[in-house]
Amino acid sequence: MSAPTSPLATVEIVVNGTRRRAVVEPRTTLVDFLRDHLGLTGTHVGCEHGICGACSVLLEGDPVRACCLFAVQVDGMSVTTVEGLAPARGQLSKLQDAFCEAHALQCGYCTPGMLIACHDLLARNPHPSEAEIREAIGGNLCRCTGYQQIVDAVKLATGQGAAHG
Amino acid sequence: MADTPPFRYVGKHRRAVEHRRFVTGQGRYAADIRLPGLLHVAIVASPHASARILSIDTAAALAMPGVHAVLTGEEMQPELDPMLPGVDAPEVRRFPLARGIVRYAGEWVVAVAAETRAIAEDAAELVEVEYEPTPHVVDPEAAIHPGAPLVHPAHGSNVIFRREFVWGPVEQDFTAATHSLSYRVRWSRSATVPIETFVCTSAWNDATGILDVWASIQMPKFPDLLARCLRLPGNAVRVHFDVDVGGSYGVKRGLKHAILVGYLARRLGRPVRFLEDRLENMRGGDMQGPDRIFDVALAFDGDGTIRSMRMRALDDVGAYSGRAPLQLGKPVGAIVGPYTIGSVAYEAISVLTNKTPQEAVRGFGQSPTNYAIEIGLDKVARFLGLDRIELRRRNLIPADRFPYLIPSGTHYDSGDYAAVLDKALAAAPYAELLRQRDALRAEGKLAGIGISTCLEPSGGNSSFEPLFNPKNTTTTWMDSCLVRVDLSGAVTAVMATSSSGQAHETLVSTVVGEVLQRHPDSIRVIHADSLNALPSNSPVGSRMAIMLGGAAAGAAKRVRAKLLRIAAHNLGVAEAELGWEDGSAFVMTDPSRCLTWARLVEIAHREFHSLPPGMEPGLQEKFVWEVPTGGMLPTPDGRIQMYPCHSFEAHVVLASIDPETGKVALHRYVVGHDCGVMISPDVVHGMTYGGVAHGLGAALMEKFAFSPEGQLLSGSFMDYLLPSAQEVPAITIVDHCTPSPLTEFGQKGSGEAGYLGGPAAIASAINDALAPEGAAVDALPMTPAAIWRALRAAMVARTEPVREPA
Repeated sequence: MSAPTSPLATVEIVVNGTRRRAVVEPRTTLVDFLRDHLGLTGTHVGCEHGICGACSVLLEGDPVRACCLFAVQVDGMSVTTVEGLAPARGQLSKLQDAFCEAHALQCGYCTPGMLIACHDLLARNPHPSEAEIREAIGGNLCRCTGYQQIVDAVKLATGQGAAHG
Repeated sequence: MADTPPFRYVGKHRRAVEHRRFVTGQGRYAADIRLPGLLHVAIVASPHASARILSIDTAAALAMPGVHAVLTGEEMQPELDPMLPGVDAPEVRRFPLARGIVRYAGEWVVAVAAETRAIAEDAAELVEVEYEPTPHVVDPEAAIHPGAPLVHPAHGSNVIFRREFVWGPVEQDFTAATHSLSYRVRWSRSATVPIETFVCTSAWNDATGILDVWASIQMPKFPDLLARCLRLPGNAVRVHFDVDVGGSYGVKRGLKHAILVGYLARRLGRPVRFLEDRLENMRGGDMQGPDRIFDVALAFDGDGTIRSMRMRALDDVGAYSGRAPLQLGKPVGAIVGPYTIGSVAYEAISVLTNKTPQEAVRGFGQSPTNYAIEIGLDKVARFLGLDRIELRRRNLIPADRFPYLIPSGTHYDSGDYAAVLDKALAAAPYAELLRQRDALRAEGKLAGIGISTCLEPSGGNSSFEPLFNPKNTTTTWMDSCLVRVDLSGAVTAVMATSSSGQAHETLVSTVVGEVLQRHPDSIRVIHADSLNALPSNSPVGSRMAIMLGGAAAGAAKRVRAKLLRIAAHNLGVAEAELGWEDGSAFVMTDPSRCLTWARLVEIAHREFHSLPPGMEPGLQEKFVWEVPTGGMLPTPDGRIQMYPCHSFEAHVVLASIDPETGKVALHRYVVGHDCGVMISPDVVHGMTYGGVAHGLGAALMEKFAFSPEGQLLSGSFMDYLLPSAQEVPAITIVDHCTPSPLTEFGQKGSGEAGYLGGPAAIASAINDALAPEGAAVDALPMTPAAIWRALRAAMVARTEPVREPA
């Protein structure tokens, strides 16, 4: 009879530019890893089946659902969460600033995922059309805003006018 | 916008105070609360819609390492008081965990508390529950038949509430009217479905005897109800209102969650958390919304004047009842919509079935009723061959008749409905919409224009409680605020509830800044906990702009009055001779004689010798105020002033339908909206956009569907479809302002805006698109399948010859 293998796994990732490591059960999802083990509670859990997008983070620069990945799957990779979007502590990214200015949020629960989706969009397409914005956030559900002011915020951040309100 | 008084901060664009923490991931939601030694709960839920529990074997689960408790209803119930319904039905008792009987699939049966959520779930799998299924009923019409299985046998009926109101000469009006028509419409079970599920964390302290609670809730009197059910004095429960709530729009009640977690925390002496997963939330979270069958008859004349309405609303509240039946009561306060309908008969029936319990949803039952009325307006127009807009114009309450008393006893405070409708039509613009509709039709698409003109009662009074329960004599529905100025002159305002996205900190700081003439960004707003809070009734019923805004203004005015007294005393003038600007007091005839804010604060806090005789030192004032027009019990025939203020919305929609698939596209969406003076226009617009999107979901996509066996078929986001940015169109809002005479700044409520007229308008557009085909859909949601079936039925009816009976 072979010795039982350890049920725990060590996961090391670079989060928002900092190397972090924790020992977790292999069944730990990436979002639980970020929230419970690394204390990064900015990323939220909405559905745990990959529909709502609240848990979106950037993995090696690409948006993913952190509820649909195990932490062990991303061992050695780099992750950006909402806490890592601002250029420096106490500052806001252009998008974060535009979200505030255009009232692109209410309860704030979907906001981290929305920001991740929009940051990804602007990294690929600095001047998206309204249709492109709506497509980019089409996988992120918001129950507060009706999306209008989110679209306005992305336009504002990309120099496409859009008044507040 | 017309007639807005000049304000310095009210009504101006201002960044919401709350946003900065949310965009940087620094919000603090209930799930972010981490306590040392925290235990986690998993639930064993009933797989049956109705069954007897024969046995529960918890031994294997309890034996698992890391498991601290495996709790059953049998153990727990004797130590609790039940959660009671909002109507007089004391035998419809509800506890967090079932005992002996389960009444819906998803009902909580056993709770496991363990070191981690994963261990708790593993242990929950080991709990053996033996059931004996019993007859069930899931159809509300079947449930009211004699002989239907009883959901609560001790109550003796599945009808938990039934009352027929007659307001005015209904019989005579129907006899005198030239025409009448009747129809049935169905509002299906949907809900607000916030992206954050319910979360509750509790910690009990043996030494202090205090239960601390952090919960994602939005519920009137939550701390009191929680303490009562746990048989604790009110001062032993401390609910922390400073958690950010991830959306609610009515449903975040979570009382059973908090009772369970509080009970476990006290019993185990460890902090305990229950965090619903999405499937638990949809099935057993008890947050599904109104589920109604309306039978309506309208009596009207050839010119379109609607004289009278009969409405019967049968609402399926599911297996247990909280405030759900009262959602048939709130619409009494706007039962004629914006129209001059002279008499109404209204029968409200609340029915228990073996389904997930219903909870409060945005509008508290008003959106379904608005939908039922508006469908009727369109039917009358079609019957008479009148334009739907013209029909509305002929029936809208004229602007010169406010305050307007409706048959059921509520005065509408103010409004100019025709002006708002005109603005919405002009913004569309309507002529262009007609041209586009016809162009779409020419392309072979089905296209239609939707119109709705709907009331949005606001100010959240509780009048439906005594109306629907004679034993309930509640007429108080206050809210409150405390404003404090510290030694440095900085202002802090204390509010008494949690917020779920309504930007209350922005509201309060704007209002206090306006009154004190201090910059709102310098004013801190904090959420008290329930042991140091002033009385509040939480942000329900579109009430906080009115009630919290009014309370904040009231408290700030008391601070200002005190400072003016100090100034008068020290300047040796009468208070009436003083002016107030930028937080300083000055003699109006000689502005050089003034006392600055800093100086006044200094005197208030440090110079007792300079205070007017008898004045309290320090600088803080509270204001608790009763909802305007509140404080009255209903008349014996059920007339009551429901809510104080009445916002109004007119929606204009252009929709098309793909005839091959039944899929709907919305091409233009305009809302004319009047909620009086807007304190924070960005917030009002945001809520209105969101309300439209929520209404779109209810109209086209969202439904908690149950199988005949009572199993929830749409318990995930794969089946229960929420509108995304791809479904929600760009929305144009046109503001109008008729100030309310009842409020501090002329504001009305707006938290339910968009949702109260959206489903009606979208249904109107779909039916306009279907009309040329001879088809109609009178049930929500109007899914592609439902539309396709209606088209198919109409086609069959057209092509098959009518067979004469042999």
